[in-house]
Amino acid sequence: MTELRQELKEKIIEQLNLEEFAVADIDDDDALFGDGLGLDSIDALELIVMLDKDYGIQLTDPKEGKEIFKSIAVLANYITANRTK
Amino acid sequence: MKKVYIHSAVTISAQNTFENSEFLNEIKAIPLKIAPAHYPNYRDYIAPAASRRMAAGVKMGVTAATKALEKANLKHPDAIIIGTGMGCIEDTEKFLNSIIANDEAFLTPTAFIQSTHNTVGAQIALGLKCKAYNNTFVHAALSFESALMDAQLLIQQEEAHHILVGGVDELGKEIINYIQLLEDAKYKGIQVPFGEGASFFVASSDTEENAVELVDMDVCSTACQETIQNKLKSFLIKNKIEHADIDALVLGRNGDAFDVYYDSVTSLFKNATKLHYKHLSGEFYTASPFGMWVAFEILKRQEIPEALIYDGKTKAEIHTILLYNQFKGRDHSFILLKR
Repeated sequence: MTELRQELKEKIIEQLNLEEFAVADIDDDDALFGDGLGLDSIDALELIVMLDKDYGIQLTDPKEGKEIFKSIAVLANYITANRTK
Repeated sequence: MKKVYIHSAVTISAQNTFENSEFLNEIKAIPLKIAPAHYPNYRDYIAPAASRRMAAGVKMGVTAATKALEKANLKHPDAIIIGTGMGCIEDTEKFLNSIIANDEAFLTPTAFIQSTHNTVGAQIALGLKCKAYNNTFVHAALSFESALMDAQLLIQQEEAHHILVGGVDELGKEIINYIQLLEDAKYKGIQVPFGEGASFFVASSDTEENAVELVDMDVCSTACQETIQNKLKSFLIKNKIEHADIDALVLGRNGDAFDVYYDSVTSLFKNATKLHYKHLSGEFYTASPFGMWVAFEILKRQEIPEALIYDGKTKAEIHTILLYNQFKGRDHSFILLKR
């Protein structure tokens, strides 16, 4: 699980061009949207594509995303439970 | 018909032209093949949250535009007009490569959104919350000139008073290497590095002390040397300018076989100081606005840096400058500036 969390932080920083952040700056429970990392709706689309491409998870209900993308810890738990690759 | 004045000129180029208040006093040796721009500190101009999705061209464009507006004390232009030859090629490459790599699936939105040619104009407008006329011209080496002509017409016809107009291109990561290979294979290909940059100007119908006036401009897609000479003669007659009135000629020489066009034009102006600039900026579709920035600074400061002189002596006073550019014998442009 720790490895997956680390991997997610690296991917998010790289794919979303979070130039201001290093992996160490992101706590597992930090909010990804809003006051935390400050991600927005375009980032949400990027994350949805990342889930599909890298972990074989297709989100069909947009409301799911709000809960799944709450933090790195929540996202890692969801991926572990639902990944197909 | 209203006259057109240039109130400010700002360029980000391979030289330190943005942060340095001196005029090309320290020339930076640029690489032989590809010359990236000397990037300023973008944090002073663009919020990190906004800049993280911007590629080099958008950052350069937004930053140069912001400073051009600041220098002209203008907050809300009546129009934003951009010229770009290749647009946001970096994100275009990224998007196209990701289509191939992912077998046309899993396409993400960011690179696509940022890859359109009008991204720079749009980002400037978003930053300014400016809902005025916003247009981007994509016309190879006449991209900036098309934008400038649009600005000229809008001001002359009193449809706008103050216009932000600029040219921007970025190197990208991949296609430029293929272009370089093709160029190297040619006999007497381009002899200056390929470059990038953003040059922005505020054009206005208001005059000011020692104002630089855009007297006129003209463009032509294809023409032989003789036709260009004749067009230039007609252009000067139309503007009631004698050949001897031209104090300096700013030419877009890049060392390739088509420099004969510049030789042909130069022969008409025995007394003018002949200048070149692409050995400092590199060659790219919107290198010519770097030449216009050079001309603007010369007229304002009444000095010509040594590095710009191709032939001739500097005159004591410089009132009138003619710019001529072409690319591979196509996309010819004349711009006439006067102080």
